[in-house]
Amino acid sequence: MKRSIVCRCEDISEEDVIQAIEEGYTDIEELRKKLRIGMGPCQGRVCIQLVTRILERKTGRKISKIQLPTVRPPLVPVSLGTLASENDEK
Amino acid sequence: MKSKADVVIIGGGVNGCSLAYRLVKKGLDVVVVEKKYLSSGATGACGAGIRQQWSTRENAQLAIQSVKIFERLRKELGQDIEFRQGGYLIAVHDEKEMEQAEKNVTMQRSLGLKVDILKPDEITGVVSILDVKGMKAIGATFCPTDGHANPFRTTFAYADAARKLGAEINTHITVINVKTAKKAIRAVVTDQGTIQTDVVVNAAGIDSKAIAEMVKVKLPLTPFRKEILATERLQPLFEAMVISFKDGIYFSQQKEGQIVGGIPIPEEKKGYKTMPTFAFLEHMAKTLTRYAPVLKHVNVLRHWTGFYDVTPDARPILGEVREVKGFIQCSGFSGHGFMISPMVSLLLTEFIAEQKISDVLESLSLDRFKGKNIEKELSVVG
Repeated sequence: MKRSIVCRCEDISEEDVIQAIEEGYTDIEELRKKLRIGMGPCQGRVCIQLVTRILERKTGRKISKIQLPTVRPPLVPVSLGTLASENDEK
Repeated sequence: MKSKADVVIIGGGVNGCSLAYRLVKKGLDVVVVEKKYLSSGATGACGAGIRQQWSTRENAQLAIQSVKIFERLRKELGQDIEFRQGGYLIAVHDEKEMEQAEKNVTMQRSLGLKVDILKPDEITGVVSILDVKGMKAIGATFCPTDGHANPFRTTFAYADAARKLGAEINTHITVINVKTAKKAIRAVVTDQGTIQTDVVVNAAGIDSKAIAEMVKVKLPLTPFRKEILATERLQPLFEAMVISFKDGIYFSQQKEGQIVGGIPIPEEKKGYKTMPTFAFLEHMAKTLTRYAPVLKHVNVLRHWTGFYDVTPDARPILGEVREVKGFIQCSGFSGHGFMISPMVSLLLTEFIAEQKISDVLESLSLDRFKGKNIEKELSVVG
């Protein structure tokens, strides 16, 4: 079966996104919570642009009108050990 | 959007959507209005835990009955809400805490709940990655039927089921005013039209206070900003939620494998500001790696904020207010709205559809703050 992968972290295809939109999940935050796009290690760098385009195509809403998800820190994964070592008292 | 309804619910979180489902099942005409998208408030930001180990009898009862409903929800709604019962392990750090824990366990057992008091060497038998010395525990309590569910999936599943039965659930609509006449609800005015109704449910989370002010009702709600983080996915390591009332920490591993947890922010302030802080990340990382040192190798992916809408006794405000007929509160969950939502929607449905007021609904009314003897819930984390 041919699948166009939209989100590599969560293994979500274009068909999955279209199906969710057709079920009524037409807000990018709703799609994110439904499909977990943007919640993997890349934090949306790969999928969000693609999903935004699919949303534009399916709903007719202009890309500029589609609200992007909030950017969550840290921007790159950081280990708990690194975060815990800040200002360590010896 | 409809211009008339039996009930208008303000707020599309888990409580608003589950109530819509229960009311439409009773044959009522229900409209939900949500300012952003479904689960965009406290529901979508929460830690996903479902706990029955409480200090007040009412909360324990609500939670125990809610778990019974969570257990059959997948079948009832026809969607997987990822409900799992891995238990809650509550760390006990000193004699004073142990005294309270014993009191809680006695009360919880009297309600039929299975809860055990664990010795220090039994703790790693439940969660193997814990360092009992590092967490400074002298024991723990453990209830195996506590657990988790996915808050987004639960909310969406309720909303889908409610829509199928004929409820109208509208997102991206803002309530501008709630109109009354002769001390009774008349209509809800939104930025996309007016809905005539006799009953309004205020399930707007931290915005409930502003909604109540539209009909000149004052709610004793204070918003507290909370922070929470999620790590990368790991193989299954542990099933229980680990919490401590003293350190305020809670963490668990979700179905997909990520560890999700939170702790009170060091410089916590009241108010509506939503930016995450570095102080939280550092404090959480230090405490979490003290509890489970092996996690120091695990990467944090994401960190976000949410709110607790906190009442003076950390218990919700439910039911009709005396001042305005048909104005029904469903707020003030103080961080526990998700886990008791099944019972909250059931109690409010009994009242709205059948005019039944149970003792527990009575005890959670706004009027209780006029009396002097309010019993505060002590078992709070995050």
